[in-house]
Amino acid sequence: MLVCGIDIGSTTIEVVLHNGERVVGSRIARSGAFPAEHAKNAFHELLSELNLRRSDIDRIVTTGFGRNYFSGADRVASEITCHAIGVIAEIPSARTVIEIGGQDSKMMQLDEMGRVREFVMNDRCAAGTGKFIETISRTLNLPVEETGPLGLAAEQACEISSMCAVFAESEIVGLLHQGKTPADVLRGVFNSVARRILGMAGRIGLRDEIVFTGGVARNAGVHKALEEITGHTIRVPSEPHFTGALGAAILAGREIVGTNRIIPSSVQEVE
Amino acid sequence: MTTMDTRELLQKVGVNLELHDQLIAYNNKLFEATIRSAPNRPAAMEYFDSAFHASHSSRVGEILDYRTRGGKSIGTFCIYVPDEIALAAGVLPIPLCGGSHWPVDYADKMFPRDICPLIRSTFGMAFSETCPYKKLKDASVGETTCDVKKKAWDLLGFEVMEVPQKKAAVDRDLWLSEVIRFRSFVEKLSGITVTADRLKETIKLVNKRRRVLQTVNDFRRLPNPPISGLDALLVSQIALSQDIQIFISGCERLIEELHQRIKQGISAYQHAGPRILVAGTPSPMGNAKVHYALESSGLRVVADESCTGMRYYRDLVDESPADLDGMMKAIADRYFSIDCSCFSPNKERIENILRTIDEYDIDGVVHNILSFCHTYNVEAGIVDKALAKIEIPSLKIVTDYSFEDIEQLRVRIESFSELLKPVMT
Repeated sequence: MLVCGIDIGSTTIEVVLHNGERVVGSRIARSGAFPAEHAKNAFHELLSELNLRRSDIDRIVTTGFGRNYFSGADRVASEITCHAIGVIAEIPSARTVIEIGGQDSKMMQLDEMGRVREFVMNDRCAAGTGKFIETISRTLNLPVEETGPLGLAAEQACEISSMCAVFAESEIVGLLHQGKTPADVLRGVFNSVARRILGMAGRIGLRDEIVFTGGVARNAGVHKALEEITGHTIRVPSEPHFTGALGAAILAGREIVGTNRIIPSSVQEVE
Repeated sequence: MTTMDTRELLQKVGVNLELHDQLIAYNNKLFEATIRSAPNRPAAMEYFDSAFHASHSSRVGEILDYRTRGGKSIGTFCIYVPDEIALAAGVLPIPLCGGSHWPVDYADKMFPRDICPLIRSTFGMAFSETCPYKKLKDASVGETTCDVKKKAWDLLGFEVMEVPQKKAAVDRDLWLSEVIRFRSFVEKLSGITVTADRLKETIKLVNKRRRVLQTVNDFRRLPNPPISGLDALLVSQIALSQDIQIFISGCERLIEELHQRIKQGISAYQHAGPRILVAGTPSPMGNAKVHYALESSGLRVVADESCTGMRYYRDLVDESPADLDGMMKAIADRYFSIDCSCFSPNKERIENILRTIDEYDIDGVVHNILSFCHTYNVEAGIVDKALAKIEIPSLKIVTDYSFEDIEQLRVRIESFSELLKPVMT
């Protein structure tokens, strides 16, 4: 069996090939101005890299913002379901999932079976999302990958009071003019993202074990701020940006074998 | 009526034709993309589709003719204004709540931007001279169901009915006195006295409209509803805008066809998606956004709790009183039973929602909250407490009329659907 999960997000596209037991290949691409085309290219590039043909793939499940625009998908599934499945596959004890992507942030509560019981999601606003951090990194003239380590090195976090990405940007310009360092500003930004997430948690609660996924989970500064502000230890999967695509691929595999289970077989055996 | 006639007519009632063309183009495009996009609609929906377009053409002509013959009319903005009394005094109530996104920015002329889209749409249409009914009324009657509305009526000099905020005996007395005062107001407007005979007739007529609406919506209790939530919403929207007799006939034809569909086993839906109760704020004509987002994502809206749903037709006026005072009290009682979130407390609403969940075999509740409607927004939390006890999940959607957030809404709606019916089946 060979199945594929594709997470077409607002900022990046992840493709995961799975044989029902483990990942056999993966690829990441920018969504850019033509996300549907870029997703198709990424998929075919991964196939040729592995010397595979389209006909070798038994099933494709797409998720993410562009999930409905990939021709050839066998089905679509929401990011919330896919991230839950992807997280549980690696961390079966997960009960709360925090997912921060390019333009939204979500939080889910899972039950003992790994099923989504409740979820919250931000509205049409960039606060507390990857877009927010990207905007700030541009203001600071820094590659987004460098923001995490730099923020961690801060001596004293600035207080960023604005939750709005647009207003926060002007607030930050003001702070820089006052002589604050980019590191202190970034730490303040990460704290503000974490507070936003804590606000969402107020509605559905935080239950251990807490797992942080999505592209922003690669940012160690945000991870640390989340742990400090929530007071909980938070785990990050090995490749958090691939969680959604992994969940989609696992979902595709389960649909082929027809199992009506959400938790991986290994966990069920233990229970 | 030909196109030429319509344009002449609109010009006659003071409409800005150029802007009105833009409004209609916007509304029609959305109407095609939402309500008319659903597969397998009953043929009898044709009347309701044409009535949608008629509200900016032939219906305007009907009301103009009626007024030329000396008839009086009032603009209304809430289902608390008793139609029976206005009609008995020979005054035609015209509900004017806006459901289109197109005019909202025109409301900025007098209103701040951070108020609900319903008020912005309504007055945006009035201020852009695209509301054909603006000059077809002798007065406007507002009510005190929300803070923005209260101040809007003051700003525009409208007549106001006081809807109390609690449901004690003293509030009931106040409401009855307001209903009696409304009778004097419409009587003065038309010069026609409301008699027991006339009122008995209009009570029966308006109850008949409620009964046909109840019958249409009862079909949605079935395991395979023969009518979709989108079409049922359109039926309610048309009830508020069209001639009452013609509307009743249109519903009777629809009911006949729905009976036929059941016999033939025809469902409005291709898949047995989760059964949803949409609760909260109204969706006036032009707005079917949340219903569309839900049904085009595979969920089935089988019940509506809003003012464009059950709140509008659930309760009848008691037809038994024979004297005028008894009838007035029966009318006041009926309208006082409306479970608007402006009341504190509003436990009747919780009871009604729980009963509906049982009667319509509801899998999940979607709170459809217009932005800035604080009372429905906060009350959703009270509803959720009751839902948690019976383990019915809910999803709250706070949004306006624009389609810019439709994809974000879909993520939440699809996730909610997967939560109700796990995908691994």
